[in-house]
Amino acid sequence: MQLVTVAGPPSAGKTSVLLRIAETLQKQDKLHLGVIKFDCLSTRDQELYQNKGILTRVGLSGNLCPDHFFISNVEDCLAWGINRELDMLITESAGLCNRCSPHIRGALAVCIIDNLSGIHTPQKIGPMLKFADVVIITKSDIVSQAEREVFAFKVRQANTGAVITHVNGITGQGALEASRLFREAATFDSLQGCSLRFTMPAATCSYCLGQTRIGVDFQMGNVKKMDLT
Amino acid sequence: MRVGQILKLYPYAEDFFSVLPVTPNPKVTVTEFLLGIEDEVLQDLGQGTEDLIKRFNEFMRQMEQVKKVVDPIRSITIIGGQDKCGNAEDVCLTIRAGEIICIVGPTGSGKSRLLADIEWLAQRDTPTGRNILVNDRIPDAEWRYSTQHKLVAQLSQNMNFVMDLTVSEFLQMHAESRMVQDIDTVISNVINHANRFAGEQFSTDTPVTSLSGGQSRALMIADTAYLSASPVVLIDEIENAGIDRQSALKLLVDKQKIVLMATHDPILALMGNRRLVINNGKISKILTTTDSERRNLTILEKLDQQLTNVRNALRYGESIDRLPETLIGLWGEKVI
Repeated sequence: MQLVTVAGPPSAGKTSVLLRIAETLQKQDKLHLGVIKFDCLSTRDQELYQNKGILTRVGLSGNLCPDHFFISNVEDCLAWGINRELDMLITESAGLCNRCSPHIRGALAVCIIDNLSGIHTPQKIGPMLKFADVVIITKSDIVSQAEREVFAFKVRQANTGAVITHVNGITGQGALEASRLFREAATFDSLQGCSLRFTMPAATCSYCLGQTRIGVDFQMGNVKKMDLT
Repeated sequence: MRVGQILKLYPYAEDFFSVLPVTPNPKVTVTEFLLGIEDEVLQDLGQGTEDLIKRFNEFMRQMEQVKKVVDPIRSITIIGGQDKCGNAEDVCLTIRAGEIICIVGPTGSGKSRLLADIEWLAQRDTPTGRNILVNDRIPDAEWRYSTQHKLVAQLSQNMNFVMDLTVSEFLQMHAESRMVQDIDTVISNVINHANRFAGEQFSTDTPVTSLSGGQSRALMIADTAYLSASPVVLIDEIENAGIDRQSALKLLVDKQKIVLMATHDPILALMGNRRLVINNGKISKILTTTDSERRNLTILEKLDQQLTNVRNALRYGESIDRLPETLIGLWGEKVI
């Protein structure tokens, strides 16, 4: 089964773009698709995917770091997809802190970001963008040509190797083109022996374990202090 | 090479260093500097040293690519495929640089798909089965995903400026990303042209987000003509927001752009050399603008000008008790 990991900042249009790409993969390539949607607290995107005949499961990370939650579950997700005899499994996760690192070595890594997020955003996003194979830029229909060009240039500066392409999540313009890249994704029987492209954000301090009080006395574990000088 | 030397020879290297949390000493070499970054900083960055070195080399290579001038595009050829029912599209159309082609057809007829086929350089691999040639040849496959040499620039009525910058900062940024020589001249050219198109003047320190609709459109067109690398410009209507559309199109033509315009405004459509009529997913007719159409264009323009004058009268607080003779002549007897 082919595996694609998709990540991107909240509200970039990940689901809309994936729905459009899925449409062409179903229609043109007759693929049987599955999506695992990772989110924090709640999501209603499951219905959107299911309406298109895509097998969907939702993973809510709750109070855990969504990235850690993702990687501890991805193997089971893969097994689920293989069990259901899917041709392609797409995982969709929101990069909530910009330091997210959800991409797996060997699996097609896609990052979706939007033109409205500001031209400095590509520099601010970490491994989620820098280690992606494909960067899909959305909301290109509402900004000027110049801004589109500058934004793509900034993405190029942040990730020099990726394929950069534009998809309009509303009209589907560019989805056919992007779906050709999804077709190239590698296949997996299992994720044994695989590793992340880069380490995930670290944690494990007293606050990870439910501490709510503020003050030095309550800070334990992996704590980092700002330099305010 | 030492960091200082690199920055002097390749100023854009600054963009690479500025995102790093540590500032390099100009006297050390790039490798020394990158090797010297502490592990903790690397962890925060989400990158390893080796990876950073690789990235730096790749960054410099890519930026050099931006500067590279590619073979100019002299023509684009559309070879027909089939319509939505599978009927053949019997078309082989070559469009040359500096030509304006209009695209007409009802909603859903396939105008956007035609534009998308051109942008994607379709090779019988889209629903229409069309083939697109560039300079009479099958284009390189790598062109499709190239950001530096994107074939098509787009302008539509729905586009707005969203950056929080003034006109001059904005143009500066665009020019830098294109690595053009002599930035100042280019910027002043863009502003002069945009102001000439817009009618209502704006200054270099106006924020781009507070330009009027007409001013924005005028600036977008002038900017595309001078600063966009894309040889094909797709225009989805240009609203008649008091801008001189004829001069705006002429600038694009002067800059040897191939202009494709989806419009149902007769004044714009008749400015084109040819019109493609799209129906049920295929190009069903290609009309060449005739001499009598051009004569009619002059009349339509005069009428349009008169309407514009009425609008301006309204804008400047005048009364609209009297209309121009020609406008009344059309309807006067019947209406009154």
